[in-house]
Amino acid sequence: MQASTSVTAELPAAAPRADRRRRAAAGGTAGLKRAHYTNSRLPFLLLLPQLLVLLLFFFIPAVRALVQAFVITDPFGTTVHFVWFDNFRALLASPEYRSSVWVTLWFTLAQSVLTLSVAAVLAFATDRVIRGRGLYRSIVLLPYAIAPVIAGILWAFMFNAHVGPLTYVLKALGVAWDPTRNGFDAFLLVTFAAAWKHICYDYIFLVAALLAVPASLLEAAAVDGAGPGLRFFKIALPMIGPTVFFLLVMNFVYGFFETFAIIDAVTKGGPGGATMILVYKVYQDGFVHIDLGSSAAQSVLLMIFAVILTMLQFRYVERNVNYDV
Amino acid sequence: MVERTRTLDIACHGLLILGGLLVCLPIYFAFVVGSHTVGDVLAVPPPWLPGGRFFENAVTAWQKANLGRLLFNSLVVAVGITVGKIAVSLLSAFAIAYFRFRWRMTAFWLVFASLMLPVEVRILPTYEAVTNVALPLQWLFDWLGFEVTLEWNMMNSYGGLILPLIASATATFLFRQFFLTVPEELCEAARIDGASPLHFFRHVLLPLSMSNMVALSIILFLYGWNQYLWPLLFTTEKDMATAVIGLKHLIPQSDAEPAWNVAMNAALLVMLPPALVVVALQRWLVKGLVDSGK
Repeated sequence: MQASTSVTAELPAAAPRADRRRRAAAGGTAGLKRAHYTNSRLPFLLLLPQLLVLLLFFFIPAVRALVQAFVITDPFGTTVHFVWFDNFRALLASPEYRSSVWVTLWFTLAQSVLTLSVAAVLAFATDRVIRGRGLYRSIVLLPYAIAPVIAGILWAFMFNAHVGPLTYVLKALGVAWDPTRNGFDAFLLVTFAAAWKHICYDYIFLVAALLAVPASLLEAAAVDGAGPGLRFFKIALPMIGPTVFFLLVMNFVYGFFETFAIIDAVTKGGPGGATMILVYKVYQDGFVHIDLGSSAAQSVLLMIFAVILTMLQFRYVERNVNYDV
Repeated sequence: MVERTRTLDIACHGLLILGGLLVCLPIYFAFVVGSHTVGDVLAVPPPWLPGGRFFENAVTAWQKANLGRLLFNSLVVAVGITVGKIAVSLLSAFAIAYFRFRWRMTAFWLVFASLMLPVEVRILPTYEAVTNVALPLQWLFDWLGFEVTLEWNMMNSYGGLILPLIASATATFLFRQFFLTVPEELCEAARIDGASPLHFFRHVLLPLSMSNMVALSIILFLYGWNQYLWPLLFTTEKDMATAVIGLKHLIPQSDAEPAWNVAMNAALLVMLPPALVVVALQRWLVKGLVDSGK
């Protein structure tokens, strides 16, 4: 029985494969509308602006970064040597790069967890309250409008070693605080600034996801005697699981790539590399120290990481679509 | 609400008020400092309540950073990115979702490969691409043996600030996802009635996409307005900088001239336009963001 079903299942599978190949030759139909046009020139014209911009400002630069990662150019750009993986080897051997990797991981992790947990608490509370919900939402959303660099400046001022009002409070409480000298203080400061700027993003998605949890399920659980906390952890949380996963990925993307401005405004990677995240190091080595090969090699490693994150994101998209259907 | 839980409700309001205060705290201090003199800012203890010099400081900040010009630049760049990206994306998403043609899947993958790499990781080569946009043509001519020197530098131009930021397919992906949910019958009916592809696009698809376009415009506007790394590298002339960059130059770098009051006042001015957008168009912003996660 088992064998016969597998055979019958295989037979029709062969036909679509050939069919698929034929269709791929005709342009492929994945993600194509059933009712579509078959025009040979118009689609190219429509795609032209996008492809042109991508070619000039995406593909050529990306390929050049790849090439530069494998060569050494002297500072005047006159001689170019192809050196295989030497740039990467030098990079991985350098203690600064390794410490930068750790700083980035810790920073991203701390920022993600902080952002997500604060946003979850606020979203849970927003889901419960009725009066003032719109007002609360407007206020929590406000940092979305604020540029990361401005967020950095605001926090840098509050905790400025000389004039910061909160530094004054900390000193009054007997805490020695100086983000310009103490690496850990600086790390905390950029983490808080980055989380402050990003809570609104996670919050929006969590509120929307909580709203989409069917009320009938929650009511049934309530009738069975489950309190609000139990309902949140046993019903709402598992149902918004995919959203939480998506947000974790997005928080990593944010922490890795979009916090450049915060670092630049608050610490410039210092003190002593305590807040030197990878993206900031690419910029420093490329534009300040003009070490092109190393900077390009770092770019390539970051690209690999970005590709992994994007694929995770796509997995979420796929899963979400499956749920909807 | 399923049941009445007074304590929990009060706790929830408390948490939200706490969260709101946390969000407002840095903005409040910016306001306090922005309304005092330098002397007051340096005083110990620092001022806790707003002073009366907000408008004087605003005028100083406006003149010192040439904010009139820079805010105008920011507006041009933000609107340029928004309009450019939406126009380019709509067309390519239409081509990919509604046409069957040779190389369709190739085009699809070329466009969506760009989703994977954020601008920040390819910053240096993109910088070179903008300093001479004609470089690829130059290579072609060199290879063909022509003795031509081509140079098209986009530094310090609106084009250089806008175009590289259009070069990603996020919006294309969103529109494609939306087009896939549009009922098939609409296109069938349009074809039966003899509408050309462009007619269908202009009179059926475009009106349907309106709400998505508005939602996406808000996100893109904020994205464009708040750009930092890009304008920092691409504008060496003061007059072509954006407001965010101008603000950065006002921040005291040493203790010699700690004009924090002017800097923080300028920070408030620069964040005002996007903040107004977020407050006024909140519903659309939320829709746009939530759609982008689908």
